[in-house]
Amino acid sequence: MTNVSEIRKKTKLIVKKYSGDKSALIAVLQDIQEAFNYLPKDALATAAKALGIPVSRVYEVATFYTAFSLKPRGEHVVKICMGTACHVRGAAAIQDKMERTLCIKPGETTPDRKFSLETVNCVGACALGPVVVINTEYHGQMTMAKVDKIIGKLKEGGAQS
Amino acid sequence: MVNLIIDGKNVTAQKDTMVLEAARSAGVNIPTLCAHEAISRSGSCRLCVVEVKKGNRTRIVTSCLYPVEEGLIVDTRSERVQNVRRLVLELLLARCPKSEVLQKLAADLGVDPHPRFVPDTDKGKCILCRSCVRVCEEVVGVSAIGMSSRGSHKTVGPPFKEASSVCIGCGACVYVCPTGHIVMQSTGDKRKIWRRTFKMQACEKCGKYFAPVDQLKFISKKTGTPYKELAVCTECR
Amino acid sequence: MKKIANALDLRRVQEDLKKNFDPNKKMVTICAGTGCRGYGCIKVKEELEAELQKQHMDVEVRATGCFGFCEKGPLVVVHPEKIFYQQVKIKDVPDIVSKTVGSGEVLEKLLYRDPYTKETVLKEEEVPFYKKQHRLVFGQNGMIDPTRIEDYLIIGGYSALAKVLTGMTPEGVISEVKKAGLRGRGGGGFSAGVKWESCRRAHGSPKYVIGNGDEGDPGAYMDRSLMEGNPHSVLEGMIIGAYAIGASEGYIYVRNEYPLAVLHLTLAIAAAKEAGLLGKNILGTDFSFDIHINKGGGAFVCGESSALFASIEGRAGEPRAKYIHAVEKGLWDKPTCLNNVETWANVPIIINQGAEAYASVGTERSKGTKIFSLVGKINNTGLVEVPMGITLREIVYDMGGGIPNGRKFKAVQTGGPSGGCIPERLLDLPVDFDKLTEVGSMMGSGGMIVMDDRSCMVDVAKYFLAFLQEESCGKCVPCREGVRRMREILEDICAGRGKEGDVELLEHLSTGVADGSLCALGGSAPNPVLSTIRYFRDEYDAHIRDHRCPAGVCKALITYSVNAEKCTGCGLCVKVCPVQAATGEKKKPHSINNDLCTRCGACIESCKFDAITVE
Repeated sequence: MTNVSEIRKKTKLIVKKYSGDKSALIAVLQDIQEAFNYLPKDALATAAKALGIPVSRVYEVATFYTAFSLKPRGEHVVKICMGTACHVRGAAAIQDKMERTLCIKPGETTPDRKFSLETVNCVGACALGPVVVINTEYHGQMTMAKVDKIIGKLKEGGAQS
Repeated sequence: MVNLIIDGKNVTAQKDTMVLEAARSAGVNIPTLCAHEAISRSGSCRLCVVEVKKGNRTRIVTSCLYPVEEGLIVDTRSERVQNVRRLVLELLLARCPKSEVLQKLAADLGVDPHPRFVPDTDKGKCILCRSCVRVCEEVVGVSAIGMSSRGSHKTVGPPFKEASSVCIGCGACVYVCPTGHIVMQSTGDKRKIWRRTFKMQACEKCGKYFAPVDQLKFISKKTGTPYKELAVCTECR
Repeated sequence: MKKIANALDLRRVQEDLKKNFDPNKKMVTICAGTGCRGYGCIKVKEELEAELQKQHMDVEVRATGCFGFCEKGPLVVVHPEKIFYQQVKIKDVPDIVSKTVGSGEVLEKLLYRDPYTKETVLKEEEVPFYKKQHRLVFGQNGMIDPTRIEDYLIIGGYSALAKVLTGMTPEGVISEVKKAGLRGRGGGGFSAGVKWESCRRAHGSPKYVIGNGDEGDPGAYMDRSLMEGNPHSVLEGMIIGAYAIGASEGYIYVRNEYPLAVLHLTLAIAAAKEAGLLGKNILGTDFSFDIHINKGGGAFVCGESSALFASIEGRAGEPRAKYIHAVEKGLWDKPTCLNNVETWANVPIIINQGAEAYASVGTERSKGTKIFSLVGKINNTGLVEVPMGITLREIVYDMGGGIPNGRKFKAVQTGGPSGGCIPERLLDLPVDFDKLTEVGSMMGSGGMIVMDDRSCMVDVAKYFLAFLQEESCGKCVPCREGVRRMREILEDICAGRGKEGDVELLEHLSTGVADGSLCALGGSAPNPVLSTIRYFRDEYDAHIRDHRCPAGVCKALITYSVNAEKCTGCGLCVKVCPVQAATGEKKKPHSINNDLCTRCGACIESCKFDAITVE
């Protein structure tokens, strides 16, 4: 776990990269999330101070955009595409299956912090539908059987296929 | 000056006046919830919509944000307008079934709660008009509260849903809230608002508790007035 | 790359590049669009390179922009013969290298085979998917490595910019774009030239030019392919636009979910700056213009112009009332011209071809081509670029190859969540901005989601409303509360709790939400509901009155049963059923207990004999 002083230090460096430009708030938050895999509260407070923006406004932006998470996310972020093409090709069944397999709902993280489940409104890879994106890897033509296979592999700690 | 017609009446208004004000000055009442003179406007409640006609083009606009225009024909109670207002009230009644303000407004406009909508129980009386957030930012200048999330998950309050460290307990938000959602309890030397309890200052002359210490400190810092001078209530000053 | 001093120098650079490129040279191109990447094309590319080296062949393998035929990826073309291979796997690589690259031998099994005539096709342009296309904007993707500016220059890239900067006045450019009849490709279909003109005339400085790459419509990915596959064409269009409008700064707002687009645009901007095609004194003239990239945060509403400005300014993407147009007061309250990235990519083409030639393609009021993403229940999923005015039937059947698994076409959804579903009887509709609006849908950004008889139209309407409820910014009451209530009613209908009069109530809510909402998201939110009611009212009635989902989708209204004649008693469904609803002895027909069954579909997916019936 990253400690508070490290979070503050890293956040200040990120803000510095944008020369403290207030309009860069979203980019700053994106960088913070990339650094910590989520938006730690201390980072938001530090960024607010360094940018000269009220914390309430930073919090508003951080909770408005779905790309941001205020909770620590798992080692593997599983995103199920909910685009129209995936929907008509059965994304809902894949989602149900994924929820059953991981025992969590979208927006949640497994207790062992191994997996986070998210839904995303179209990843723009409709030819592969239904699609699941795990970390940065696209898994196309998903089936329930494939869910077992892929998650099983990741649980063992193996590399993604 | 700009000439326009509102509900058949010839109206003259200053350039840059909004249709809402032009109508009011001509004695035409347009219902609103979120347009407050102390703060900037957002056009979020949608009650003040009117139908405007310019040339052959007719459209529904927000009267609190639409500036008057030469030759504009405004209808404040056309069928389309009333339909929107009725729907807005039905939706708000379902969201905030306990709000007396909404109940009265609905009664005035002849709108009943829609039987098909299951009333919410978790939204209080908040219609998310942002007036409180605006007054805190624009008038008070502390931005203690803000919105969070979006769409139907949107809520208002201090960040992280915790007591705000910058709130001064002034209660301006309570004052501008159109529906009475924000609860402020002042009892003796304490004031409770937004999950925080503030210590009240007793007037050095009459001894009455009149304002939160934090608020007076804030004013003192902002204006340079010594705290001691501020520790006297307005009646004794 | 060396800085290009002026227009003449640009031509010299292009000529030099061309001279050094032998069109008869052996080369292998491989589509590296997102679809093909999903199929593992990068590994195929690495394998190709390794194999070529192993076999001592000095042949370039070029990872290019998206070819569009995503269904059949990974796609590989062997040059100069232009042999088109599809669904290439790593195990195919040694043969491709030794046989096709080495001795020109064609590998039959990798060619596209027409599913009807069963004949193979040698070249890309002969594949039915491509035959009726008119690939103006997309055509060059397959030859360009999007990370190399040289590949864009060699095909005449930035010539339009040079032409504009050396021989045209800003007014002249605007008049050309107006004459070409270019309309916004992002949704509204507003005349680009008229917008530019108003922005040029607006008072205030600086002026901004924005490329909207926040492709939010689910089922649409042409902007992604364009930004990933040919980023310079977008930049060139924006630079020309900036010159015409008098803007000095520009932004491209890219969706958060498109990291590759961000990367390729970033590289393209850096390369263009280094070459003197962007930045200070472009091509040695007085004109200076810079472009920044902004990454979105995952909010559909940011495709709306005022919400997009709020996002660039670092705020939550809430739209504002637009009684003063963005061309006068947009980003930072300055005159701003926002166009979709596909619109921008059309600009260099107009300048190069001339307005007249450009306008010769299309219909009376919709000129040029449009890229559609043809997805859903369709055989050939992919991106098609077609002349405006082509019929839906041609797109769905001639290019798309019809519906998979012999099922029946039901509807095509266009225009994303703001659009509508078009039924079979309107398949001969010529596709352009106005025709789509007339039938209750819209062009939108160009998503075309095909649905078959197993797609429930009430479910589709519910899907879009759920999408919109999640994506509504929550600022105004009709959209935030109204869309939620509409979704609740649709939810009820799909769950068998629909009431007589619900359809009329939905129509009533639709009018109020459309009229009362602050921005276009809410204003068009009822469209998916209204269009499905208009064309598929019988499905609503079946749900409400008969508690039946004719398409077999809505879980509460369907049952699973085993067809004893088809069931072999293999036991697979018993094994995969998560709730022990499927039972049976080996080699005897199984059965499903509908009291336990959750209709998750696991048994259907597992059954190799198509023995499970949904009713």
